[in-house]
Amino acid sequence: MEPYELTISQALEHMSAGELSSTELVQSCLGRIKRLDEVLRAFVSRDEEQALRVARELDDRSSKAKKGRLCGVPLAVKDLICTKGTRTTCGSKILEQFVPPYDATVVEKLKDEEAIIVGKASMDEFAMGSTSETCAFGIPRNPWNTDYIAGGSSGGSAVAVAAGEVLGALGSDTGGSIRQPASLCGIVGMKPTYGRVSRYGLIAFASSLDQIGPLTRDVRDCALMMNSICGFDPKDSTAVTVETDDYSAALIDDMAGVRVGVPREYFVDGLDPEVEKVVMNGVAALQEAGAEIVEVSIPHVQYCVAVYYLIAPAEASSNLARFDGVAYGFRDPDADTLVSMYKDTRSRGFGAEVKRRILIGTYALSSGYYDAYYKKASQVRTLILDDFKAAWNSCDLLISPVTPTPAWKIGAKTDDPLALYLSDILTLSANLAGLPGMSVPGGFSSTGLPIGIQLQGPHFMESSLIRAAYNIEQRLNVDRRIPPITINR
Amino acid sequence: MKITKEEVEHVAHLARLHLDEKELEQMTAQLDTILSYVEKLQELDTSGVVPTTHAFSISNAFREDSVQPSLTQQEALAEGPKTNQECFIVPRVI
Repeated sequence: MEPYELTISQALEHMSAGELSSTELVQSCLGRIKRLDEVLRAFVSRDEEQALRVARELDDRSSKAKKGRLCGVPLAVKDLICTKGTRTTCGSKILEQFVPPYDATVVEKLKDEEAIIVGKASMDEFAMGSTSETCAFGIPRNPWNTDYIAGGSSGGSAVAVAAGEVLGALGSDTGGSIRQPASLCGIVGMKPTYGRVSRYGLIAFASSLDQIGPLTRDVRDCALMMNSICGFDPKDSTAVTVETDDYSAALIDDMAGVRVGVPREYFVDGLDPEVEKVVMNGVAALQEAGAEIVEVSIPHVQYCVAVYYLIAPAEASSNLARFDGVAYGFRDPDADTLVSMYKDTRSRGFGAEVKRRILIGTYALSSGYYDAYYKKASQVRTLILDDFKAAWNSCDLLISPVTPTPAWKIGAKTDDPLALYLSDILTLSANLAGLPGMSVPGGFSSTGLPIGIQLQGPHFMESSLIRAAYNIEQRLNVDRRIPPITINR
Repeated sequence: MKITKEEVEHVAHLARLHLDEKELEQMTAQLDTILSYVEKLQELDTSGVVPTTHAFSISNAFREDSVQPSLTQQEALAEGPKTNQECFIVPRVI
């Protein structure tokens, strides 16, 4: 077994037993990147030398020194999380040369735990997309079949972890952007409760929905990374003060006394029968583990796409006003008036999907349309929240599909934005309601593509999701090997 | 039609974007499809429903009004496309 194949917890054990050095582990991952990333395109930028230098420093330290909880573990960070001195592009030409002057709080936390950040993972431009195809710097490819999408928007993070280029990664999830690529690439992804992880230094897309979370190869690693990144941050005014759990303590191999809800509306028209079968296997696994299975209803799920595609663009149109060519990022050098500088900079800097969402958002907020669009969507958001509140009276968590289908071919849905938006239907509700959500591998399609299972729980109940995911992982025994990657050049 | 080319052009100006003729045609058609889809929300009677802007009701997050470490002027200006060491320079405004 090569070091890059280890999970984070296995690697930490080997390193603490003195059987593996961080340098060997990092070299193993860098070798993998060198061999594969020209095709997989999981990274926008990498700093191999710095990663090796940090690994050597950690290895050279006295064995008695107190170690961080992720000491010597190579990770990737989605390229919209600021890293001091390392380019942070958001997958956009407008930030192609942007080097942040500070670290995001989550990056500080990873560094405090002595993790090694190998590089910045590719993503849909400004996290707007479900396939990572809107990335301005190359499209990440699904390691299970490189003709297929990795999912998005945290596609690069998912690919890097699934392909063994790193052991874990950070992504961000505004409407499914951690859970969906995790599902399509066959790994574990967690979107924590809104406010659980500091957003300070996360380049904002939709501020009431965005949340940072981990992507890992198994549930134990998810708990480990959650332990490192969660917690209050005075620099984020929406960070919550609710105490965090020890998530590793939630790895309990039984579900006795837990009520698991199956929300019927998530089994939508157009749900691939193979996806449905995988989810029902997950339900059976939880039942076998002692859970009580109950049918529940979230009647307003069918409105999530409409609500989300008004609220998220509205917030984005406001957040992205800061990219004006004044204080950072690209500026069109030829413009001679202020307004033409703004327009030329933004028109040349943003891609089509970002422009589309800015236009929808600006329209939805504009005078005369606000009540019909933004306000209406915000009211229906209340109804969605109420649905979940009612559901928590009869169950402790929900199990459902993550996406209606497994991954599709690159390019298959690029001409029809609405068709693409509709594929997000099952993940949007967790963001709109601020709930924790998770994707855990459940099986494969007959074509060999991974299928994940989604878990959602009440606010701050990440531990319940980790416990259920752990039970699914133990009982379904899904193939967790790193895929044999065939490069279709 | 939910939205006309002229309206898209107006919104683009508000958002400080310019669209060429082809982009304008395409965006108008796509925005029309999307706005027709979101019309679905009108099926629901939401009279009296309080809008949600955040999943939790967050009140102001206060801190002590004390000086904290922050970026130096030089660091803050470092990424500016055009600066004079003291300020960001932009095209003439008035």
